[in-house]
Order: sequence, then structure tokens, then C-alpha cells
Amino acid sequence: MTRLTEWFSAGRSSGKHTLPFVVILLVVSLLASGANLLLPEDSALYVSTYTITLLGKYLCYAMLALAVDIIWGYCGILSLGHGAFFALGGYAMGMYLMRQIGDRGVYGDPLLPDFMVFLDWKELPWFWLGMDNFGFAMLMAVVVPGLLAFVFGWLAFRSRVTGVYLSIMTQALTYALLLAFFRNEMGFGGNNGLTDFKEILGFDLQADSTRVSLFMITAFLLAVLFVVSQRILSSRFGKVVLAIRDAEARSRFIGYRTDRYKVWLFVYSAVIAGIAGALYVPQVGIINPGEFSPINSIEMVIWVAVGGRGTLIGAVIGAILVNYAKTRFTAILPDAWLFALGAMFVLVTLYLPKGLMGLYAQMMAKRRPRILEESAVKESATKESEV
Amino acid sequence: MSAIENTVENLRETFRRDQVWPFLAPTQTKVNVDNQMILYVEGLNLSFDGFKALNNLNLYVNDGELRCLIGANGAGKTTLMDVITGKTQCDSGTVFFGQNHNLLNKDEAEIAQLGIGRKFQKPTVFEEQTVFDNLELSLKTDKGVLPTLFSRLTPTQIDRIDEVLKIIGLAKHRFMLAGALSHGQKQWLEIGMLLAADPRLLLIDEPVAGMTPQETEKTAELLTSLAGERTVIVVEHDMEFVRSIARTVTVLHQGSVLAEGTMDQIQSNKDVIEVYLGEEAGESEVGEDAVEGENA
Repeated sequence: MTRLTEWFSAGRSSGKHTLPFVVILLVVSLLASGANLLLPEDSALYVSTYTITLLGKYLCYAMLALAVDIIWGYCGILSLGHGAFFALGGYAMGMYLMRQIGDRGVYGDPLLPDFMVFLDWKELPWFWLGMDNFGFAMLMAVVVPGLLAFVFGWLAFRSRVTGVYLSIMTQALTYALLLAFFRNEMGFGGNNGLTDFKEILGFDLQADSTRVSLFMITAFLLAVLFVVSQRILSSRFGKVVLAIRDAEARSRFIGYRTDRYKVWLFVYSAVIAGIAGALYVPQVGIINPGEFSPINSIEMVIWVAVGGRGTLIGAVIGAILVNYAKTRFTAILPDAWLFALGAMFVLVTLYLPKGLMGLYAQMMAKRRPRILEESAVKESATKESEV
Repeated sequence: MSAIENTVENLRETFRRDQVWPFLAPTQTKVNVDNQMILYVEGLNLSFDGFKALNNLNLYVNDGELRCLIGANGAGKTTLMDVITGKTQCDSGTVFFGQNHNLLNKDEAEIAQLGIGRKFQKPTVFEEQTVFDNLELSLKTDKGVLPTLFSRLTPTQIDRIDEVLKIIGLAKHRFMLAGALSHGQKQWLEIGMLLAADPRLLLIDEPVAGMTPQETEKTAELLTSLAGERTVIVVEHDMEFVRSIARTVTVLHQGSVLAEGTMDQIQSNKDVIEVYLGEEAGESEVGEDAVEGENA
């Protein structure tokens, strides 16, 4: 058991939050799932399926924020195109779900998805082949974003493109994909995207039990990725990554090929984003080119900034809080949300440069000396009384 | 028949157990210093937009030597270090590390792994990490991505870090963030990072800038003690400091070597007095003479 806790906490700076985080995440998810499946609908503690799906969506966003934080917070690479990897993972899952519809589509074609029949296509394009196999589709959800990140990263980091230029390039990347996926000829459903899914692995997507399972799987994978990322970032590899963020030239002069480190971290981050996308699609029931839009990618950066970059837990908390705020806000004042988001970003940048986690750390630091002082006072008091 | 036999014979040859396949053989060979020379810089030229930063520069450094490079601003000292460590590409010339390593076709990381350490003018340490981590990162280990991911500190490495911490006098601050150190301590930490890497050749750019006199003295001691086992090249403006450590001094001027010798020889060298020491020696009568000297 102690070894387990040791393994979880890894003994370094932000590692001490890992175990509590994982426990809280899993317990809350389990309670919510139980409250949905076991309690009667009129119970005060009943959690509606709508809420479960919403929570599942938040957790997908949290995973995505984790991905952004890993490269932005730890390596200083500001990617404004992570939505691209998220959407690619989502499309891989969407293609699988499309193939699962089979002949239950509007046109009833056993092989071709509806939009292809509509476009009068006669056969399945080559990149749709094999996507009816769940394992293969999931592999693609990871491999495609990873490969794109590898090629992009290899070209960009080897040429030593950094800072603002890199951010603009990532933005261009996701925008280019947005335009490409809008085209019907691409074979991904054009501007409607992929939707009208029926079932996943034979389970009805509308059923409560499927929704709860998807939510639990998301929570579990988020916990796993969180722990793995924490481990990676507290290894010497993680120290090198921090070193690259703070003084890249110095890291090169002590013998690290910084471009390779950046490429692999970028690939890892893209893979997480891909997984998040693949989990997101069956829960929201649609994937369309809108997910590639540059604004989405910028929003992700805001989640991380609000939560506190450079702390994995901050990214998760930021994503959940900002998206909760978005849900509430867009219900009350839909048109004002973007203003609120912008204001939030400005305020956080000005007053909370380290985000909510930074604020928390500050408060803890203020409390600690007071506790020390109090104990010192007590000690001296007891000494005096002894005298 | 014979064709088959040949193939079999070739195969047998390929799989002979007493040999190492060329692609598996370690590519890094030891630095060859048979001629007691560790660094050969020949005919180096480099110009930035017409400004000749290095002008047919020749420099030879003996193995185990402590060499000081001096020269006015823009004389090419830092540029020379940039070329040696792979940061800047030169226009023409050759740089060899030992007799067998051509440094011009290698990148920074490869050069660092060969055993050339560099300290920057402005102290650059990893501010957000502890002193200990800074040294851990600098250790001489496999710096590839995967080995680094799975690496663990060995007891030998911890001992090595402790040893370096003692040398640079930061043993008490090992768990302090490097960013919280004083300027002088950062300079020391950076020197410590070089030591942890166990390099053959150290290039040290202005080690005592911003140090108190006591710190300067300690640095002088440290650098002198390093020479012999390692080769040290120091760039420094502080003439007092150079005098206290130097055995051989090279004076650079406008991208090429102006003079080389002991400190006394340098100080009595006419050219040097004219272009460099002249400015300091005759501070009161600087003015036109110095400017003319610069232009000449």
C-alpha cells in the first residue's frame, strides 16, 4: 500500500495531489453513476442522464485541457490547434459509429453511410475501410492525431520554430483542416459531419446504462492519463522538458536534442487529445467540422490558463469550471458568453497569472507560516511555564 | 554450386561471433590527443552582413591548458565560442576537437556529448528547478529521449552531484530553486553544471561578472584547479582576474589573433598596448589615439 501511494505521489512538487485527485474523481463519478442507475427518478438525489452526459463531456474537455497543459504549461509550446487532434480522434470514433448504423440509416444502404448515398457515391472510400472494426477505429483515433503531430512537430521543431510563430502555424493547421473537412468531397460528411449514431459495440447509445458506462470509462481513462502524465513529467524526461521551457539553449549545450523531446511530448499530447475526442463523440452524438474551428482551440488554452498552467490538476479544474460556467451562462445570456470568456481570460492573465492553482498555492503559503508561528508561540509558552 | 557456397560463406562471415557489425559499433570514438593538442581552429571566417566577426582566425589549445581569451567588445570572443559549440555556422575554416572530431558538422547536442561544456556570459540555469535537479540534468549520461524517460539516479550519480555541490559551495542550498540563488551563486551553479557533465574542454564566458571579490578569488582557485585534468578556455574582461589565473593569454582583435603569450609578454607587446591595453593604461589620454588604433 505504501508503495502504491509512493508510486502515485512520486514525491515531487505537484505529485502530492495525484492520489487525492484520482480518488475524488473516481468516487464522485461512481456516486453520480450509482445515483443515476440505482435511485428512482423521483428521488431527491437522482442524477439525470442529461447531467451524466454533461459531466462526461466535461471530463472529455478536462482530458483535452490536460493535453494542452502538458505542452503549454510544462514545455512552453503554446498550441492553438489542439482542437485538430481532438476532432481527428472524434472523427475516427464517428466513422466507427457511422459504420455501426448499417442498414438502419434513412436510405437503408447496408454499406454506405447516408451522406454517401445522398452524394450518389457507389462504394466506400478506402479510408473508411476497416473502420467498422472497433479496435482498428480506436487505433486510428490515437494513431492519426499522433502521426499528424509527429510530422508537424518534426518539421516545426527541427527548424526551431518557436513562440508566436509556432502558435500561428498550429492555428493555421486546424483552420486548414476545418476547411478541408467542410468539403463534401473529403468523404467525412461535409458540413453536417457524422451523426445519427445508433449503437456502440452493440449497446444502444440512448440507453442510460450505455451513457453511464461511457461516463465511467471517461473518468477512469482521465485518471489513468493523469497518473501516467504525472509520472512522465516527474521523471528526468519531465525535468528536461521543464529545462527546455525555461532555457532551451542551455539544454542543448548540456547535450539534449531538444527538438526530439519536443516532438515526442507533442505527439503524446496529441494522442491524449485524440482519446478525448474519441470519448467525446459517442456522448454528444455528433462530430462536425466545427470542432476544428480555431476558436475552440483558443478556448482550451483559456481553460488551462484559468485553472493554472504547469499543474495538471489546474488544467482539469479549469476545464470543468469554465465549461460549467459556459453551460450556465449560455442558458441565461447566450450572446454574452464570448464576452464573459474574454473578460475571464483578461482578468486571469492580469490578476492570476498562475491561475486558480496559483491562488490556492498562495493561500496555502500564507497559512503555513501562521501555523508555524502559532506552534512556535505555543512552544515558547510551554517552555516559559516549565521555567 | 559455387555460388551457393559463396553465399553460405558470406553468411558465415556476417554472423561470425567475434565481430561487431558496423552499424552496431559505437560511433563515438575517443578524442585523439596524441599531439597534446585538444583544439585546432584554423582559418575561421565569419561575417554578419558584411561585418567580419571572425577574420582568418587561428587558435591552437594544448590538452590540459588554462587559456585566457581577451579582447575588446566585438573582437570575436563570444562568436568564436558560438562556432566551437555549434551555435553559429562559420563561412569557412576548420575546427577540430582532438585530431579526429570535426566540430563543424555537428550540432550543439552532439558537441556537448563529446565533452565540450559551455558557460554563458549571462548565467543561465534552470530557474524553476532545484539546484540538485539542475546538476542531475547536467550529468554525463545517455541524453536520448527513451533512456532519459526511464532513467533513475544511481548512487554513483548522487555521489557525483554531492561532490560537485561541495566544490561549488552550494551543498546547503541543494533543494532551493535555482532562481532564488544570488547572481554569484548562479554563476557557480552553472560552473557546477559543467563539472557534473565531466567535460574535456570547458569554454567559460565571463565567469566573474557581477561577483564579489571573495567570490572572484574562489572562482580563480576553482578554475586553476580544473586545468591539467581538463582544458579550460576563459573569456574575461576583468584584467585583474586574468592576471591571477592566466598562464597563456590570447588577445583577439577584430576577429583574429593579435598576440599570444604569457601575461607579461602580452603587456609589453606593442600591438596589444596600442589597440587594447592602451585604452585602459592611458585612460586619461584615450581619445583619438585609441580610436585610430581601432580603425587601423
